[in-house]
Amino acid sequence: MADMVSIPHSQPQQHQFNPYTENGGTILAIAGADFSVIAGDTRQSEGYSIQTRYAPKVFRLTDKAVLAVNGFAADGNMFVKKVRQRLEWYRHAHAKDMPIRAIARLIQTMLYSRRFFPYYVYNILGGIEEDGTGAVYSFDPVGSYEREACRAAGAAQSLVQPFLDNQIYFKNQTPAPGTSFPGHLSLSTVLSLVIDSFTSATERHIEVGDGLEMYIVLAKNSPSIQSLRDIRGMSELTATEDGERVFVVRRDLKKD
Amino acid sequence: MSVYRSPGFDFSNSTRNNFLLNKGVPLPKATSTGTTIVGCVFKDGIVLGADTRATEGPIVADKNCEKIHFITEGIRCCGAGTAADTEFTTALISSNMELHALQSGRKPRVVTAMTMLKQTLFRYQGHIGAALVLGGVDPTGPQLFTIHPHGSTDKLPYVTMGSGSLAAMAVFESKWSANMERQEALDLVILAISAGIFNDLGSGSNVDACIITADGTEMLRNVDMPNQRVQKERDYKFRRGTTAWTKEDVRKFVVEETVTSTDEMDTS
Amino acid sequence: MSIMEYNGGSVIAMAGKDCVAIASDLRLGNQMLSISSNFQRVFPVTDRIYIGLPGLATDVTTLRERFRLRVNMYTIKEEREIEPEAFTHLVSSTLYEHRFGPYFISPVVAGISKTPTGGIKPFIAATDLIGCINFAKDFVVSGTASSKLFGVAEGLWEPDLGPEDLFETISQTLLNAVDRDAFSGWGAVVHVITKDQVITRKLKARMD
Repeated sequence: MADMVSIPHSQPQQHQFNPYTENGGTILAIAGADFSVIAGDTRQSEGYSIQTRYAPKVFRLTDKAVLAVNGFAADGNMFVKKVRQRLEWYRHAHAKDMPIRAIARLIQTMLYSRRFFPYYVYNILGGIEEDGTGAVYSFDPVGSYEREACRAAGAAQSLVQPFLDNQIYFKNQTPAPGTSFPGHLSLSTVLSLVIDSFTSATERHIEVGDGLEMYIVLAKNSPSIQSLRDIRGMSELTATEDGERVFVVRRDLKKD
Repeated sequence: MSVYRSPGFDFSNSTRNNFLLNKGVPLPKATSTGTTIVGCVFKDGIVLGADTRATEGPIVADKNCEKIHFITEGIRCCGAGTAADTEFTTALISSNMELHALQSGRKPRVVTAMTMLKQTLFRYQGHIGAALVLGGVDPTGPQLFTIHPHGSTDKLPYVTMGSGSLAAMAVFESKWSANMERQEALDLVILAISAGIFNDLGSGSNVDACIITADGTEMLRNVDMPNQRVQKERDYKFRRGTTAWTKEDVRKFVVEETVTSTDEMDTS
Repeated sequence: MSIMEYNGGSVIAMAGKDCVAIASDLRLGNQMLSISSNFQRVFPVTDRIYIGLPGLATDVTTLRERFRLRVNMYTIKEEREIEPEAFTHLVSSTLYEHRFGPYFISPVVAGISKTPTGGIKPFIAATDLIGCINFAKDFVVSGTASSKLFGVAEGLWEPDLGPEDLFETISQTLLNAVDRDAFSGWGAVVHVITKDQVITRKLKARMD
């Protein structure tokens, strides 16, 4: 036994606890003229294992704001919980829902306050601005943000974003002579593009699949409501009267 | 440079690559088949099974690849691990088995293939990353083996390998029984592979199976296709002229020539 | 930083109706610094076979010459042109020969092959850097923008496109994928191969 104790260690061993994991999945949001679509798949995985086939990544915050979170699932869920708590305090103090541009700034400060122990989460906030236009805000894990027309994040970001550049912004396309590309796409077009983006990502990325949840936020009295009538698997989540309306559409994705 | 090239691996790039490696540049990863492969013995033969997904990291490189490789008419081999290694190792042993059969004038045996494979893999000390399930029927009856990358082997009535091996083995452990009928065994193999396809991210797409009996071998390519892509929501055909280009060069293989009449040639 | 990203570059091939297309960007870089905007990495092998060699630029040149030698030897010995299937296996075995000291190239092959009945069949294939072949029916991608190419191609590709439609689809796929890749871009070239002609076009692309 004495021999074993006297064996010198050539190098001191250091062990460190890694508090983060990556849970896969992808989120995506597209803003229209008077609507916003925020979507995410529902698979949660670690390594080669599926932890659950239904873990929502997209959350309704208010009737005019929906938040999608992707990255480390535990951080994501906790972050949504804290944002919702701050929004409730705001409601109690001001007797109204916080506007989306204010939520965006709130999320920035909340993320940056953890600059040196960040929430390992990519956020995309979608909804309706106070002027009634569709909005998408995208964030990095420490709070840098930007308002955009469309954004993909998560495991399949690199698969989906260039496809969206082509189909939403018409990048690298020349219009037919004497015509021009539309500034804003219709709700039905956007929904189709979102579904095709996710089915494509499911084909080529192993961490994407199982289910798709698409949240649709419509501006007050938006005529886009017409194109929602014949959408399969749609349900309404609106909480308040005569304002913006929130809907969710659920679809199956491949489970392999 | 000599036209003659000696057989075996060529290490001529190693000096350069080791220099790069020592500068701290990591070697890139090859396509690996994060796989589910299985084999099972039944009353009068062997059933082998495999999924059809090949991955490069988290990206699916091939949605419908073939992982059940030909060794001889009555012997087949499923491969997991580094895709190129399984492909070339099984092809090499298939050639050597054919030569061996020709030389000996006898029907090739599964143990022969197993021994060739394990000796090949052991010689390379695990650097050839092939994890194999070898099965077949020879004059000694049905045989089933697994061969690990370092050259160790197992002989068992039901086996699984690859990243989906635990999911598939769970099915075998709960449902396998001795002396199953042909259809029963095939259904069980499909079920085991399906468990890998759906529960292991490294496995996916379709089920391939192979039934080997003394009467012959039946390769069932894509016996089950539970993961067909649904119809797309939109049509993505572009208007012709959408892409702007600056220079065009057309090379025609059919050379056109025009024949002009020579009636009015001056012959004076 | 991986050796595969040292010089940058990407290649894609797509199958259509009685035609195939192969396209590549034209960037040659030294890590983040762009060196050339006219670096060819797609080469004709025979009239009806093209090969794309994305990866380490020094190996692009080496392998191009190696394949030229081996195809010439094949043509002399067999007294016929090599078929795309045979050529792909030639590529594969050349790369696997260097299994333990590889060339840092993952090639893409596109061509038109002859069927035993006298018909023609579009052929595309890709291999990894040690020669594992991927025979695909739809499209194959390779290079630093491969994941982007996979995503866009999976969205835009559809079966039985004619030569002109296939040109649009492969061009749009390549341009939009390389615009999101820091190591690819700076111009692009597309070859559309049909039974009786090859159309080569240089695309107008973002140069940043």
